[in-house]
Amino acid sequence: MKKLTRRRLEESIALGFMYISLGLVTGALGWILLTLIIKGAPALTWSMVSQVPQGGFYLGKEGGILNAIIGSLYLALGGTMLALLFSLPISLGLNVYIHRKAKWALIVRSILDVLWGIPSIVYGAFGFTIMLALGMRASLLAGIITLALVELPIMIRSMDEVLRLMPRDIEHASYGLGATRIETAFRVILPQMLPGLVTAAMLAFGRGIGDAASVLFTAGYTDRIPTSLMDPTASLPLAVFFQLSMPYPEVQKRAYGAALILTIIVLLISILSRWIASRVSRYSVK
Amino acid sequence: MENHIQIRNLNVRIGNTQIIHDVSLDIPDGQVTAILGPSGCGKTTLLRSMNRFLELTEDSHITGEVLLDGKNIYDQDVDVTEIRRRIGLLAQRPFSLPMSIYENVAYGLRIHRVNNSRNLKPIIRHYMELAGLWDEVSKRLHEPATALSIGQQQRLCLARGLALEPEVILADEPTSALDPISAQHIEMKLQELKEKYTIVLVTHTLRQARRLADHVVFMYLGEVVEQGSAKEVFENPQMERTKAYLQGSIG
Amino acid sequence: MDLQATQPQPTDQRAAGKILASRQRTERRASVLFKGLTLFPILIFLVILVVLIARSLPILQQKSLTDLLFGQIWRPSEGVFGFLPFIAGSLWVTGIAILLAAPVSILCAIFLSEYAKPVVRTTIKPLIDILAAIPSVVYGLWGVLVIVPWVGDSFAPFVESTLGFLPFLQSKNPTGYSILSGAIVLAVMVTPFIIAISYEVMRTVPRGYHEASLAVGATRWQTVRYVIFPRVASGLAAGVVLGISRAFGETMAVLMVVGNNPNIPKSILDAAYPLPALIANNYGEMMSIPLYDAALLGSALLLLIIVLIFNVLATLVLRKVTGKGQE
Repeated sequence: MKKLTRRRLEESIALGFMYISLGLVTGALGWILLTLIIKGAPALTWSMVSQVPQGGFYLGKEGGILNAIIGSLYLALGGTMLALLFSLPISLGLNVYIHRKAKWALIVRSILDVLWGIPSIVYGAFGFTIMLALGMRASLLAGIITLALVELPIMIRSMDEVLRLMPRDIEHASYGLGATRIETAFRVILPQMLPGLVTAAMLAFGRGIGDAASVLFTAGYTDRIPTSLMDPTASLPLAVFFQLSMPYPEVQKRAYGAALILTIIVLLISILSRWIASRVSRYSVK
Repeated sequence: MENHIQIRNLNVRIGNTQIIHDVSLDIPDGQVTAILGPSGCGKTTLLRSMNRFLELTEDSHITGEVLLDGKNIYDQDVDVTEIRRRIGLLAQRPFSLPMSIYENVAYGLRIHRVNNSRNLKPIIRHYMELAGLWDEVSKRLHEPATALSIGQQQRLCLARGLALEPEVILADEPTSALDPISAQHIEMKLQELKEKYTIVLVTHTLRQARRLADHVVFMYLGEVVEQGSAKEVFENPQMERTKAYLQGSIG
Repeated sequence: MDLQATQPQPTDQRAAGKILASRQRTERRASVLFKGLTLFPILIFLVILVVLIARSLPILQQKSLTDLLFGQIWRPSEGVFGFLPFIAGSLWVTGIAILLAAPVSILCAIFLSEYAKPVVRTTIKPLIDILAAIPSVVYGLWGVLVIVPWVGDSFAPFVESTLGFLPFLQSKNPTGYSILSGAIVLAVMVTPFIIAISYEVMRTVPRGYHEASLAVGATRWQTVRYVIFPRVASGLAAGVVLGISRAFGETMAVLMVVGNNPNIPKSILDAAYPLPALIANNYGEMMSIPLYDAALLGSALLLLIIVLIFNVLATLVLRKVTGKGQE
């Protein structure tokens, strides 16, 4: 009887700690979002999202952060497109052209995991070094390339995980009709796995748009909206970072607003990708 | 009678397991050849060696020859896609492709670029009629193939294969996943099709073999024990094992 | 109706041969391209490694490795490059962050995989994923607005007055921009990451083990402790190591709250200057000082190597535990 109560006690203590942990984690999430909304929402005016910085902006005068919003979208879209260009063939290569159990596939996957783990500041420093070596200045293009490097391993590994789930029998049905691998890849595997692949790309996009360390030296920062790939560009994470370090409360308030906008974009993408993943596309075979 | 497919000294090993032991076989033209035997005897492996599907299994090692019109399909200069166009496969369960009903049948024509860019609709209608599917789906051609019942999907797969005008149809227990009525439907179709095509049927139901087969191959543990016309094998089996199998004591 | 018209027109042999040849050509090219491109990640990795090594070579040739790694003084303008303050800063912040994050994360993972009802699980998991998706500057902002003032105004004075005799808790830094602030922010950041890996590891235990243990009358906690935990311990450790490596490389959020002071910290309430922050704060402007460039890329290399070691170790263990990669 005594033993039993001790076991009960142990069970409730353990469970108690788990509830505390869970409370801490969800509490932190709530706290972060709440802080963001309370501080950021008042800064969200129409001029904030519709104007670029005007004269004296960094002293607290007129203007908005349209330059950073557009800049971030350009950077993340460009980076994602560029990464996609490589991710799709590489993940198809790993799943269609190279046998899954092959040693080479294992090596490539391990390297991709290693690349995924490299801190983005290292990519940033690397990108900057290459940029200088090529005689380029900080620009949208340099930012896009660096961001693509950050996103690449994330995207390939996620797509790899998606393609791994391709039903073999459907793939074989296509081979059975005399289709080649490339025909099967584009006509059968891609349509079948489309929702998962889109989710993978969006995941990488979300990662890219929030990444500050990689674009810190490579994309530059400017008040204007870039008109060419060679122009430097602002970005939302850096808008948060720079404006927060200004000594004027008016400018700091805009940092909160920028952070809120960035978070809304990231969360929207995260929710949207979840929704897409849960939806099987019309013709997918279950 | 001509022999379209001839198998000579075929050995198949997957990993370290020998699945097919030195099989030599003639598949007669324009007939239904049923491959019989207890499960695990290598029937399906033998079938999959005839359209080079074993290559999709890693670690498979094949020696010997599979001759199609006297030409070994495993020769270096033979194109595997061409082999699979000429030798169609009807799988155990219908595996529809992720596209519409119409596009499923058009798929093979499109990849092989048959009737390049010409209107495919009459052709597709023809093969759907041949597979006995047209009346049921003519109003819903652009719905996803998965909207069809399993039995209908199997006939769709049949139409999809027939559209390539294969010379041989390999059928791997094509009715085992179907309800009795759909199964009967497929059997009837195979019955009709043997006029025009050479059919190789793997089956584990003796009754189906009795109903459909003209020629019978009995396999056991990776070897061909006995083969001959259906009449001979069923009525007067020569080998003990065949007798035992036909009486139901093995398998 | 003319039956002939409804059947594929027999294409003539030459045309058929041409089509086949063109398909074969496409396939061959695609095969070369797709297989060849799998070299690309390896190439990227090698190029990064080679560039970092080549560009940090000047300083490695002029200074001894011990001077660099254990030198306590950082004065680039005088040509003195001691990395110890930054290495110590990184170790402090990461270490405390993991001490905070690991138990919480593992308890959460245990709860989610062993205790939570499906409804709870499907609500909490996405919330944790959202936490993982929040950009690092937002964490930094939260740190600046919430954690730093709390540490500076409440925690530090309180600790100073009650536990100030302990060496690691003394402070002459009244601002709150400190190792502790960095560690708290970092802990919140890596928690969802460690939870996700730990959860996945926990799920690899076959359900039969639970049933076997519960069937002999064990409580759920006993089942977790004696049956499941021994099976997943190495995997959980690997998850924590991946968390460490993630925390070690995190830049912006830490940079914003940690104070960035290049001295070796003596207390968790001191400011510190982790390696990634060193690179981020100085990399744009190092051109005029000799060897500065090499020193900063050297620290990027150091960061890369440390993270690499952690990652490789953790991946090897995880692969064994979850059986991934063997497939």
